[in-house]
Amino acid sequence: MSPEFIIASIVTIIGLTTPILLAGLGELITEKSGVLNLGVEGMMLMGAISGFVITALTFNPWLGVIGAAAGGALSSMLFAVLVLQLNSNQVATGLALSIFGTGLSSLIGVSFTGRIVPQFGSIFPDVLAKDPIWKLFFGYSPLVYFALIMVPLTAWFLKSTRAGLILRAVGENDHSAHSIGYSVTGVRYAAIAFGGAMAGIGGAYFSMVITPMWAEKMTAGRGWIALALVVFAGWRTGRLLAGAYFFGFLMWLELFAKANGFGPSLPFIQAIPSQFWAAMPYVMTVVALTLISSRGNVGASAPACLGKPFLPST
Amino acid sequence: MQTPPRLDLSGITKRFPGVLANDQVSFAVQPGEIHALLGENGAGKSTLVKMIYGIMQPDAGEIRWNGARITIANPKAARKLGIGMVFQHFSLFEAMTVLENIALGMDAKIPARDLEAKILSVMQQYGLKLEPHRIVSTLSVGERQRIEIVRALLLNPNLLIMDEPTSVLTPQEVEQLFVVLRQLAKEGCSILYISHKLHEIKALCDAATILRGGKLVDTCDPAKETSRSMAEKMIGGSLKDIQRGEGRALGSAKLAVQGLSIPKDGPFGIALKDISFSVKAGEIFGIAGVAGNGQNALLLALSGETPSQNPDAIQIDGSKIAALTAKQRRLAGMASVPEERNGHAAVPDFSLSDNAILTARDRMGMVSGGMVNARSARTYAGEVIAAFSVKATGPAAMADSLSGGNLQKFIMGREIMQKPQVLVVSQPTWGVDAGAAAAIHQALVDLAATGSAIVVISQDLDELLSLCDTLAVINEGHLSKPMPVAGANIEEIGLLMGGVHGDPNAPTHISSEVAHAY
Repeated sequence: MSPEFIIASIVTIIGLTTPILLAGLGELITEKSGVLNLGVEGMMLMGAISGFVITALTFNPWLGVIGAAAGGALSSMLFAVLVLQLNSNQVATGLALSIFGTGLSSLIGVSFTGRIVPQFGSIFPDVLAKDPIWKLFFGYSPLVYFALIMVPLTAWFLKSTRAGLILRAVGENDHSAHSIGYSVTGVRYAAIAFGGAMAGIGGAYFSMVITPMWAEKMTAGRGWIALALVVFAGWRTGRLLAGAYFFGFLMWLELFAKANGFGPSLPFIQAIPSQFWAAMPYVMTVVALTLISSRGNVGASAPACLGKPFLPST
Repeated sequence: MQTPPRLDLSGITKRFPGVLANDQVSFAVQPGEIHALLGENGAGKSTLVKMIYGIMQPDAGEIRWNGARITIANPKAARKLGIGMVFQHFSLFEAMTVLENIALGMDAKIPARDLEAKILSVMQQYGLKLEPHRIVSTLSVGERQRIEIVRALLLNPNLLIMDEPTSVLTPQEVEQLFVVLRQLAKEGCSILYISHKLHEIKALCDAATILRGGKLVDTCDPAKETSRSMAEKMIGGSLKDIQRGEGRALGSAKLAVQGLSIPKDGPFGIALKDISFSVKAGEIFGIAGVAGNGQNALLLALSGETPSQNPDAIQIDGSKIAALTAKQRRLAGMASVPEERNGHAAVPDFSLSDNAILTARDRMGMVSGGMVNARSARTYAGEVIAAFSVKATGPAAMADSLSGGNLQKFIMGREIMQKPQVLVVSQPTWGVDAGAAAAIHQALVDLAATGSAIVVISQDLDELLSLCDTLAVINEGHLSKPMPVAGANIEEIGLLMGGVHGDPNAPTHISSEVAHAY
């Protein structure tokens, strides 16, 4: 294995990891408030098309990212109103949001198919960003650094801020939080909107960074992987980061196996069909879940009210 | 000029669809007074305090605070006035630390370190022991209540509302709580104390307001009343004593439990350790203990939901049943009623007659050739409703449409009318009003009189002392040596209940006042 191959692999893995890391952090916050939003895939696609359209219209990728966050957050509000105001079933509504987001993004995208949008420039000088070795640290899209900064920020928010404490309290025991005088519904709206915005930015990574073009369903199921990632991480931020890279590595193996013949140095990967590697993130999630439950939930901190509607008693 | 009352309610009225929860309720709480609010379930106590704490708004009437007319928009506004509340069902977050739980109850943002110092000083001042960094799920019920009390005290309350605070405490914990409450009252804090335990009110309170059916019945001085006179005001009729037949003789041992051990299920479960006792025909055997000491595991082991590896561990009339399933044990003559009504003893979305089928199908012949005989189920459910005066629209009523007390009467009736040889019940009158509780107690006594052996698992020591012939205490999965109730030593029972769960700094004896109250 040449150093070039290793660097290229790491760059690919970081690229594959960023969207699921962004969407996973958003979903982590949403789930910590006690809401299970299975609409991540739909919100990612809505973010991807919103970011793409805004960039195509303004020729400014930074405005595009803001548009992607807004697109994701707006579509999540549809879910929020149904779930929080009308107490609809969270699983069914989340699935509906995924289907809806997939369809609506395709519809909006029809007139933008084939267009190419301007991409982010490098935020570091080319001496570093284009250097064959230093690009390992400085050669990424701003969204990659944004995702990495959001990891400690999210951890700090949940652990050390009062707002984070209230968010966890709402997810842990909504009735108690209500009786103390916190607005359960208000907190959950905010958490769902944040989850939507982060999923939107994660989706924009596909339409604005990986390729500067729009394609239907271009997130290719990464929203589901982001959901699995949150469970895999046991609702902990540090493990979410580690898990995201682990899943990123598994996705890289899939690409690698598909590319076949990339290098004879890893024959065992080629010997196994790429579908096996594509299934690995989900298989690993099942394994992790089994381990977590068989060891009596050690280390996992699933919010106690996850997925349950809040119905205040009169 | 005389100081105005701390809290003065006049003409408070609250209407819910179809029910008048509070009807023109007026009373006053003086500064430094411990004021009891008494009433059966559904008398309107909770609604009333929810309005005082700002969770609900009255439809009519006025609230005066230190003489000034006010509206309390929400709990935050209540806390700002200096009204603290300790809920019956703790509003705690199990997966969080004591410190985080207390921080959540504070309206102002206080740095964690300052808050910890404040908590420690309050705990020292009132002798409330707590470890700020413990996770709540690892704490006993008494410790959890202390969190709520510390949380309320940090706000320097002028009025502290306590909603049935002693229902889950050991006698020693009750005594410690009373010390704290008296100290608070001496410092000028008013306390509104909700309870239906009359001896506690006599021991603690300066005044008592009694509600019945949403209306104020009386405001009286508990020192001048007897427990009986207050109870009769509460239920609006004369209280029936348990009627026991003359010259009752116990038969031979019917239920024998010998060396029953069950490993714990899950990380928070309690293992049963070498439990042995026997219950004679006609005997009512009580098992006391603080919640979470293995009562649940014991009920499941006796009912057959958790069969034992050792078939000899449980015997009825000499036949070994410990390896049998719940269904087989029912056929062998054993019936059981678990603690949780909704979802364990009964299916909330099922009608009463469907719920009757669940446990009575074999003994009452409701199933033949794999087919359910719906008519006999309806008939049986109707008989239970009539015999136990269950307030329900009929056998077709959904279980969750019944109040807790009525559903409990139905469930108890469903088992008792199968005339089981052995009946095991857990918390038979938990959350049930005095009238229904008396009916359930009477039914148990009557069943015992027919020669059945009865095991009652309860956290309510008063209940066990008035109902049972023999008593044992469960603590950490161990069962103490059984003792006859006649001549039982309350202090000893309290210490057995405290056991490992108790506070090591608890007084080693309880004052004659509380001991006497039991």
